[in-house]
Amino acid sequence: MKNRTWAFLAGGLLVALLLAGVVSNYASSHPDGLDSSLLKGCTVDADDNIVGGSCPAQQARDHELGDSPLADYGVRGIENSFVSTGLSGVLGVLVTFAIGGGAFWLLRRRGDASTTGDDTADGTSSTGDATAAEGATGDAVTAARHTS
Amino acid sequence: MHISNGIIDGPVAAVFAALALAALTACVLRGRRDLDDRLAPMAGLVAAFIFAVQMLNFPIFTAGVSGHLLGGALAAMLVGPWVGALCVAVVLVVQALIFGDGGVAMLGLNITNMALIGTAAAYLLIAVLLRVLPRTRAGLAVTAFVAALLSVVVASQGFVVEYWLGGTTDLGGNLAGLAGTMAGVHLLIGIGEGLITATTVLTVAKVRPDLVYALRALPTPATPAVEVSGGVR
Repeated sequence: MKNRTWAFLAGGLLVALLLAGVVSNYASSHPDGLDSSLLKGCTVDADDNIVGGSCPAQQARDHELGDSPLADYGVRGIENSFVSTGLSGVLGVLVTFAIGGGAFWLLRRRGDASTTGDDTADGTSSTGDATAAEGATGDAVTAARHTS
Repeated sequence: MHISNGIIDGPVAAVFAALALAALTACVLRGRRDLDDRLAPMAGLVAAFIFAVQMLNFPIFTAGVSGHLLGGALAAMLVGPWVGALCVAVVLVVQALIFGDGGVAMLGLNITNMALIGTAAAYLLIAVLLRVLPRTRAGLAVTAFVAALLSVVVASQGFVVEYWLGGTTDLGGNLAGLAGTMAGVHLLIGIGEGLITATTVLTVAKVRPDLVYALRALPTPATPAVEVSGGVR
């Protein structure tokens, strides 16, 4: 794969790590759209705990894996909630990338025209050349789609 | 939009688990045609990015209610509908099995709503909008925004159908009330989904237009895909 693609992947992953590792601490902790819809008919206190009435949310049961070490987006044993939330987010991004990327890599198609085009572009060092090769790959894809 | 345990009864949850498994198998079989050396790592990144942004609950205008990205439209735009649905499903499985978010018994229901319905609705809208709107940055932005917004509302109605089939509380015949509440609140959440999706897609289209699946796969008859990606760049 081209260096440019690796750079894009690394950049994207870095953004995801920052969002899950830092920005996540500023997320709203109120119930989401579905949970709040199920609270209709109940009254809740300032912490969104049900204090009265009757509503579908009262049927909710505990999660099967509610005592997992990363349950509820925190790392068990870490007192500092900023670190706990951030670390769980970072681990989540890495695990999701590893599982998703790994599975997709194993499932991918091998040895077709567009892959060859990609490999050819590997040899080109300047960005201009790489872009030209990119365009050619796109052309080939378009042509293939039109003829099929 | 993750359903917690106990909200939908066991038999209905089991039926949807089987349905989701069958649909995901179809996505694997059909998605392999799209998955090449370039799309596979991109799909891994899309899944990781959706996981990250799903952590970012944003407040909506209604007091005391938040929403977060579902990601179906974003995934459909960047890696196509088949692989896109798989991306969202990977996120939901990780959340249920590691982070205690969304019951494990409810996983089939959650995959049906967010990975399957959300992504499918988004891609249908993307396919229509990209053909009728001008191939400009604005056209791409509107496509991403509208597809994301409406896909969230459609996905929320998937839950309403499931609740009608197996909800654990008798609504006293007021299913329409639940449908209305869900649609209204998810219209607002959909605005956030639309803004995040449009911003992300425009950024990728600017840096690497060749990595936007929808621009590659949906050329207009008058405008070949390559010229279009050049124009968006």
